[in-house]
Amino acid sequence: MDYSFDFAPVFQAWRLLAEGAWATTWISAISMAAGLVLGTILTAMRMAPVGVLRALAIGYIEIIRNTPFLVQVFFIFFGLPALGLRLDAMQAAILTMTLNCSAYIAEIVRSGVQSIRPGQIEAGKALGLPSFDVYRFIVFRPAIRAVYPSLCSQFILMMLNTSLVASISAQELTYAAQMIDNRTFRSFEVYFVLGAIYLALSQLFSLGLQLIGRSYFSYPTK
Amino acid sequence: MSAVAARIRPDQNPQAVTDHPAQATITMSAVNKWYGKMHVLRDIDLRVNKGEHLVLCGPSGSGKSTLIRCINALEEIQSGTIEVNGNVLGRKGAKVDHIRRDVGMVFQQFNLFPHLTVLQNCMLAPRRIHRATEAEARDKAMHFLEQVHIAEHGHKYPAQLSGGQQQRVAIARALCMGPQVMLFDEPTSALDPEMVKEVLDTMIGLADQGITMICVTHEMGFARAVAHRVIFMDRGEIIESAPPSEFFGAPKHERTRAFLGQILNH
Amino acid sequence: MIRTFGLPEIQFILEGAKWTILMSLAAFIFGGALGLLVALARTSAIRPLRVAAACYIQIFQGTPLLVQLFAVYFGLPLLGVNVELWLAVVTGLALHASGFLGEIWRGSIEAVPRGQTEAARALGLGYFARIRDVVLPQALRISLPATVGFMVNLVKGTAVAALLGLTEMTRSAQLMSNITFEPLKVYASVGLFYFIICLPLTLCSARLEKRLNAQG
Repeated sequence: MDYSFDFAPVFQAWRLLAEGAWATTWISAISMAAGLVLGTILTAMRMAPVGVLRALAIGYIEIIRNTPFLVQVFFIFFGLPALGLRLDAMQAAILTMTLNCSAYIAEIVRSGVQSIRPGQIEAGKALGLPSFDVYRFIVFRPAIRAVYPSLCSQFILMMLNTSLVASISAQELTYAAQMIDNRTFRSFEVYFVLGAIYLALSQLFSLGLQLIGRSYFSYPTK
Repeated sequence: MSAVAARIRPDQNPQAVTDHPAQATITMSAVNKWYGKMHVLRDIDLRVNKGEHLVLCGPSGSGKSTLIRCINALEEIQSGTIEVNGNVLGRKGAKVDHIRRDVGMVFQQFNLFPHLTVLQNCMLAPRRIHRATEAEARDKAMHFLEQVHIAEHGHKYPAQLSGGQQQRVAIARALCMGPQVMLFDEPTSALDPEMVKEVLDTMIGLADQGITMICVTHEMGFARAVAHRVIFMDRGEIIESAPPSEFFGAPKHERTRAFLGQILNH
Repeated sequence: MIRTFGLPEIQFILEGAKWTILMSLAAFIFGGALGLLVALARTSAIRPLRVAAACYIQIFQGTPLLVQLFAVYFGLPLLGVNVELWLAVVTGLALHASGFLGEIWRGSIEAVPRGQTEAARALGLGYFARIRDVVLPQALRISLPATVGFMVNLVKGTAVAALLGLTEMTRSAQLMSNITFEPLKVYASVGLFYFIICLPLTLCSARLEKRLNAQG
């Protein structure tokens, strides 16, 4: 092996990488939050007594889960303008991530809701609480708690997926790396460092999500 | 019926008084329920007067739990009517929420909300339904928690309490809604033996205050102490209904005798 | 010349589908073989092996597939291995799969009741016999739904190869989109083709899961 590694040009561009990492962090955070809201709505539709709502939710969830994220990005960024919806790269990226994430979250949240004992829901109803309140105040937190680990891995997977939006020139971490690659021709070094940054980001996200879980979705159990 | 009218108690409602001079709080007429092909309630007619204490007993699967669960519409009935405080539950009850607010329920498995503290468990429904302020709801919760002797555990989570303590909290939680009727669905069956007494004592205390009570239980000592009437059910039917002295002293029906023999002699 | 999106264009995309399917299969087979070793290392009694396997899994689960593929693509030549693009991509996908399958199978192996291993040991079976004849057959059954579920992810993951310029299904669609100027139809169609490949696997995984839960 006669290649000599040179990481210096990569580290010189640390500003670009830092900005990229920050962009990846905030678009992931926004998409997670929006995805959780949309996913919860989808769960409600998925479990609704109305057949049409159920069918719509199932159709949506299965389409998203059975097509590649990259194709979804292209469809939204390149395809939707034909329908009159023109988004810039960042908007398209966040929209796709939210839509994508919501379908997976919906399936996870549903299994969380199903893990709640029927007695909990009955106790809420017996107090005279309307259905919506029963789900909001009684079911939601224990349900999320039950599936919190899967929810976190899903969030991390989504954060890693953001690397693909570089393909539509959304300016996040991978995009920054590609710019450095084009300038320095130190491809392996660039992608090695990029991998290390993503690894660090996923650890940080995992830590942050654990803290959120401990503060909001945690309570004593036997 | 408007929300205001629904709050009028039967004893204040002239029509209810003329219809039911004995101040019936609950009237079940020709109630039938099926689970698929299983006929679990057969032509149930039952009147419960205001302030009356009823104990329902019978072998498992006799329909006694199902019967009280129909009263607050946790189960749907297929025919007949149930009237609670002047609100009528038909096939699809329109005023289900009104009825549920008037009827408190205590479950075999306690069903406290695990993510809320004892106090929060008691405050949730008054805050959401009666739109009580934080302070009002807290005062009321503390009042009833004191009544069941558990106020000092208000800040704890359900999992940190014993079964008996949890069940007493469940009773306080139901009382916070100011119900006219309390339903107890085998409230001591899931408890360790040493905790049964504290819950029964709480229920006896409640009975002394004159609230209408319907208890599904096999605690015959409790039945003798507080029941005005004991009802024996078997296979979805009411077989016998009598004051405790008569029910235990001279049961009329063969099936009642067999049942009593089983549970009193083991 | 602007072409309309018609049968020849669809045929071109389906040509790409061949690559998508072949790459998925190859990555699953090689990744599966490697993943089994990772799972065994992760559950072995030897601590350094366990730690190494844990790091390996963490690396593949904690970085984007795209970055993994780039690293392999640019890294192999540095090791003196000059391979064609498709071979580099299959290698990357296989490594990726080995990390994920390793973790899935670790969970399944640990889900086999400890008493099983102890009973096998009591019978005097050696490590390989215990693993092959007692643990793995039971772990396989437990892991099946998640394994099939991961195959769906792998099929979807091959789309990333488009960004390295490999003309699989998504790249074919990009090319057709560029010459027809009908991205909406093109990407909807290619989405449909992926859906047709993935849905049976998803349904199969769901059914296996239900059966597994029913058996307890």
